[in-house]
Amino acid sequence: MDFEIIRSYVPLFAKAFILTVKIGWAGILLSVLIGIICGFILYFKIPGLSLLVRCYVELFRNTPLLVQLFFLYYGLPSVGLSISAQICGVLGLGLLGGSYMTESFRSGLSAVPVIQTESGFALGMTKPQLFWHIILPQAVSVSVPAVLANMIFLLKETSVFSAISLMDLMFTAKDLIGLYYNTTESLFLLVCFYAVMLLPVSLLGSVIEKKLHYV
Amino acid sequence: MEEILKIEHLSKRFDDLSILEDINLSVNKGEVTVILGPSGCGKSTLLRCINGLEEIQEGNVFLDGKTVNPPLKNTGKDRTKIGMVFQSYELFPHKTILENVILAPIVVQKRKKEEVVKEAKQLLERVGLSSKKAQYPRQLSGGQKQRAAIVRALIMNPEVLLFDEVTAALDPEMVREVLDVMLDLAKQNRTMLIVTHEMAFARAVADRILFLDGGQIVEDTTPEQFFDAPKTERAAKFLQTFSFES
Repeated sequence: MDFEIIRSYVPLFAKAFILTVKIGWAGILLSVLIGIICGFILYFKIPGLSLLVRCYVELFRNTPLLVQLFFLYYGLPSVGLSISAQICGVLGLGLLGGSYMTESFRSGLSAVPVIQTESGFALGMTKPQLFWHIILPQAVSVSVPAVLANMIFLLKETSVFSAISLMDLMFTAKDLIGLYYNTTESLFLLVCFYAVMLLPVSLLGSVIEKKLHYV
Repeated sequence: MEEILKIEHLSKRFDDLSILEDINLSVNKGEVTVILGPSGCGKSTLLRCINGLEEIQEGNVFLDGKTVNPPLKNTGKDRTKIGMVFQSYELFPHKTILENVILAPIVVQKRKKEEVVKEAKQLLERVGLSSKKAQYPRQLSGGQKQRAAIVRALIMNPEVLLFDEVTAALDPEMVREVLDVMLDLAKQNRTMLIVTHEMAFARAVADRILFLDGGQIVEDTTPEQFFDAPKTERAAKFLQTFSFES
């Protein structure tokens, strides 16, 4: 392994890293937003919307991100809707992640036992008070491990962005390998940068989990 | 004696299954009523109906002359007139013992925090939980949790306290500490309805025994009468299951 080559590649990877992190976290933010809204819709069994959410969740959970990205990037322009690769990346990741996040939030809410609600009712609390003081805090702590796992999964999924010509980490590595055949150095940097991207999330995750663990 | 709770022709069904049939009951202020009966006879359901946790198909429950139906809708101040302690404690796991106790007075009764905290500390002290107030429910034993749950109900200053098999989930050596707290409450002239399987305790604490079987009140009598000379065969048979004579 030639460290001179590695050093010269670092700026290229750093640029790709920033792009990957930007799109990755934008997608994750979107997925959390979708997840919270859809999770509430399922938990409260809002008529009509519940069925719609179920269809959405099943559709996106059961198709690969790559296929969804192709659909957004190559499919939509044929119906006159063309969006940039970056927006496609955020949307694709957000929609895929949203389906996973929906399930995480819904199961967190459902995990709070009914009798907890009853004991709140017995103390005279109204439904909004109950939801805010009793159900939500417990649901969040149940959801957190799943939500964090989803985040890590989604960040890793960004590696298919190269397929819609986004110059992310994977794209950069493949590009450099194709151009200069410095496979070892490129892959070494690829692994390093992914680890740098994901390790903090993992570590932060275990800290938060410990903090929220009260049962 | 002033009547505080009145039940008229209460019937409760789950689909086709009848749980309670035409229950009529009047409870006076300060009276300690123990409800006994075999498993599945409707004791807990009766308490849940009184507390408006169950929808009832017929009849009415009046507290202080006001109906508690329809269930769950009359939340707020009226509902705090009845306090309930559950078999499985149901403390809020994400809150400390003190936070568990002060939540409802602050949120529901809109009382001042300092005042509530002061009262909570006094009550916790009285049940021997002063040192536990900053801990979470998971750090407490079953008996301690149940005493905290009693304090949580008590601080709302309810006119009627319901106890639903509060010692059933406890290890035998922890039953006593909870029963002692309840005996203490009974001495303070609290109106209490207690569902229990602790016969000796029932006899000691009760002003009145209700024996339920098959969803009906079969006997409504004094503890002495009930335990020494039950009027019905069903009650006698029930009591036999608790004695070990060879």
